[in-house]
Amino acid sequence: MFSWILLLVIAGGVVWLIGAYNGLVSLKNQTLNAFKQIDVQLKRRHDLIPNLVNAVKGAMEFERSTLEAVIQARNQAVKVNATGPEGIKQISQAENALSSALQRLMVVVEQYPQLKATGNIGQLQEELTSTENKVAFARQLYNDTATQYNTKQQQFPTNMVAGLAKAQPADLWEIEDQAEKAVPQVDLSMKPKV
Amino acid sequence: MSDDTSLNLFQQQEANRRRTVLLVIGFVAFFAWLGFGGDYIYYLSTRGAPGAAYHHVFPWFGIALTVVALLTAWYAYATGPEKVLWSTGARAVVDPTDPQEKQLVNVVEEMAIAAGIPRPRIWIVDDPDPNAFATGTDPLHAHVAVTRGLLALCSREELQAVVGHELGHVKNLDVRLMTMLAALVGAVALMHDGATRVLRGGANLGGGGGSRGGGKKGGAGPLLLILLVVWILSWILAPIITQILALAVSRKREYLADAMSAQFTRNPLALAGALQKIEGAGAPTAAIKRGAAHLCITDPLGRRLTAREGLFADALATHPPMAKRIAILRGMGYAQLKKEGGGVA
Repeated sequence: MFSWILLLVIAGGVVWLIGAYNGLVSLKNQTLNAFKQIDVQLKRRHDLIPNLVNAVKGAMEFERSTLEAVIQARNQAVKVNATGPEGIKQISQAENALSSALQRLMVVVEQYPQLKATGNIGQLQEELTSTENKVAFARQLYNDTATQYNTKQQQFPTNMVAGLAKAQPADLWEIEDQAEKAVPQVDLSMKPKV
Repeated sequence: MSDDTSLNLFQQQEANRRRTVLLVIGFVAFFAWLGFGGDYIYYLSTRGAPGAAYHHVFPWFGIALTVVALLTAWYAYATGPEKVLWSTGARAVVDPTDPQEKQLVNVVEEMAIAAGIPRPRIWIVDDPDPNAFATGTDPLHAHVAVTRGLLALCSREELQAVVGHELGHVKNLDVRLMTMLAALVGAVALMHDGATRVLRGGANLGGGGGSRGGGKKGGAGPLLLILLVVWILSWILAPIITQILALAVSRKREYLADAMSAQFTRNPLALAGALQKIEGAGAPTAAIKRGAAHLCITDPLGRRLTAREGLFADALATHPPMAKRIAILRGMGYAQLKKEGGGVA
């Protein structure tokens, strides 16, 4: 009788072990896959920027510095050829710099109605918005998945299997956006935000 | 939060897989009952007939109807999404040219990334009323359709939220159950119409036969009668039962899809705004027929039942009350604002 109970307990333990191990491995792969998604979207973004800059260059001769900042940030970001979640700090720094440069450019473009009137820019703007959103959503998915993975690794009792499954805490993609870090300004003029 | 929703998601996916299997089993079992029940009644009524007369021994009807049901279920699974899209007259967006369509494609791609699923195929229904639906069997074979009215009415963020809602349905496999249901409801309605015609013709023949052998089958009388009544009732009630099934299955999951949209966009107020606009438009979506109503983001038939909750509305409306959905989303939005505000202060 006793041996039966023991056997049952051991069998239950083994089943749990397999489940926990496989769960961690699956989450690890999901995290890696989510990271690949960010990579894909960043490539798209890097390819789009030269087009955008060419399209607005003529009309914005006097905004040279803004354009140059974008190009520089883009080239900087392309140069970072870290792959995998280990290089996330490096990549995110370069990409965040590019994001803020692009945001400045878009604010400037908004100030030139004649620029927006040419259909080309409208399309490019939509493309850029979409690309920025795709990067943001890919990042969001990665952060969500990585958080889930990290939590699983630390929680009892799964943390006992973490070593066995070679689970390492994944770095999150920090958002270091000037706009989001800046102190919010209170604007009471009721003007629509640009 | 993500752990919580993922658990929910997993449970919902499991539940949808299980319910789809149950639905198919129920569908086949129902047809088997119609077939074998008919066989048994026929057997009872010919049992006492003289030796030379026809004795119904081999259950032909049962086997035939079961096979038909199995084939129908398989056909529904294989072609259900196509049939649903075909019934609404949707056209595929393959190579978008005008900016509105391009934006739709972009928005769907964005939401597919946020949801972590492959990009579904995109369709547009040429209807001025704002509405949207998703269909398919799994995230790899999924379709999202929106009406022209929705494209015209909603801002980019609102469109994104609506698409997020639809991809929520795709991701938690609601589409599989709901598309299957739509296809089977259609099949039952079709077969019922056909069978009623056949039965009406057959009843005259049967009546003639019954009066001939009437005196000899007295022993089986009450049982035969009860069976016959239940059997005929089943035939009559089949379309009503499937309709109620379609209604009951779709309401709760609208709240969940709303929550998933909020999770994807991190912007619950956008969906609240979109729902408000859609509700304001209010006209029925002409292109979408009854069979596909439970697939849509808002009831395309414009039934006022959706406006309130209660026993009657709960039993008959395909969608939860819009006001309640909007209120829940607003609540999420304010909670989010409060959290962010709290971080700054």
